[in-house]
Amino acid sequence: MRIKEGAAAAWPICLGYFPIGLALGVLAQKAGLPWWAVAMMSTLVFAGSAQFICVAMLVAGAAIPAIILTTFFVNLRHTLMSSALAVYLSGVSRKFLALYSYGITDESFAVNITRFRDGNWDHWRALVVNHLANAVWILATVTGTLVGQFVPQGAFGIDYALTGMFICLLVFQLQGRIYIVTGLLAAAISVAWYQLIPGDSYIVGASMSAATCGYFLKRRQRVRK
Amino acid sequence: MTFIDYFFLFSGMGLVTYVPRALPLLYLAHKQLPRWLVDWLDLIPVAILSALLAPSLFSDSATRSLQLGKPEFLVAIPTLIFALKTRSLGGTVLIGMLLYWLAGMFI
Repeated sequence: MRIKEGAAAAWPICLGYFPIGLALGVLAQKAGLPWWAVAMMSTLVFAGSAQFICVAMLVAGAAIPAIILTTFFVNLRHTLMSSALAVYLSGVSRKFLALYSYGITDESFAVNITRFRDGNWDHWRALVVNHLANAVWILATVTGTLVGQFVPQGAFGIDYALTGMFICLLVFQLQGRIYIVTGLLAAAISVAWYQLIPGDSYIVGASMSAATCGYFLKRRQRVRK
Repeated sequence: MTFIDYFFLFSGMGLVTYVPRALPLLYLAHKQLPRWLVDWLDLIPVAILSALLAPSLFSDSATRSLQLGKPEFLVAIPTLIFALKTRSLGGTVLIGMLLYWLAGMFI
């Protein structure tokens, strides 16, 4: 039952991961990485954007410490997601949380936090989402290194699967005026930040600033009442 | 690179990816969180989703400059309306893909 419900929640992620994983596999293969190295990377790291950057840096001849440091900064945004999940995973055993943390990605976070908020969701179902996404990710990236160059690009609009998923999950989060205001603020700040500051700090920067503004707006309203 | 080189590289990357994912959860899940933090964290999901999406809809990824009218954005409007009306995740994903596919053929 848990596996079935977890899978029902995870399928948009899996669908979206497939073209991205294939693309990563193709790039990695062109960069000279053997398939087993890609399998190792997708298992040990499981972080899409950092893996793309790693392949690009390997092609550019970057040193190993530089790649690791870059990975650290690119994936720092997950601290924020992990903190937000803590609200719903309070009191769960540390052993479970240690396993669960491995699978916190942008996509699994978005799906699980939405389900947790709606209620009717538990940490086991959330774990199924994480690990199904991970399994598909490993499979897709390895497949990409083996047969990726023979797969046609962009078929059936599959490149839009994750964007469509994020749009819908964003809609689910809009449960009152304060959430709409916070979302609009985050959009405006992130676009400006993205254009002005190189790197990936725009995700953490914009979401923390917008949430802080939203928090003070909410508090002011409460005081006035 | 040899097996050992790859292993060191990916273990290092894995470690610096895992620790930021695990520490907040391991620490915060066993603490009584203050009210302000819960209220603030409550706004984080909507903010993160918006910050992940907006630059991909309104900016050119190569030059990082403002670009209005990207197909990603044009498709996002009916997709968003569909999501608001139906509140169906699977339906929204499929509609978005279909429209993006059609947009690719006509634009």
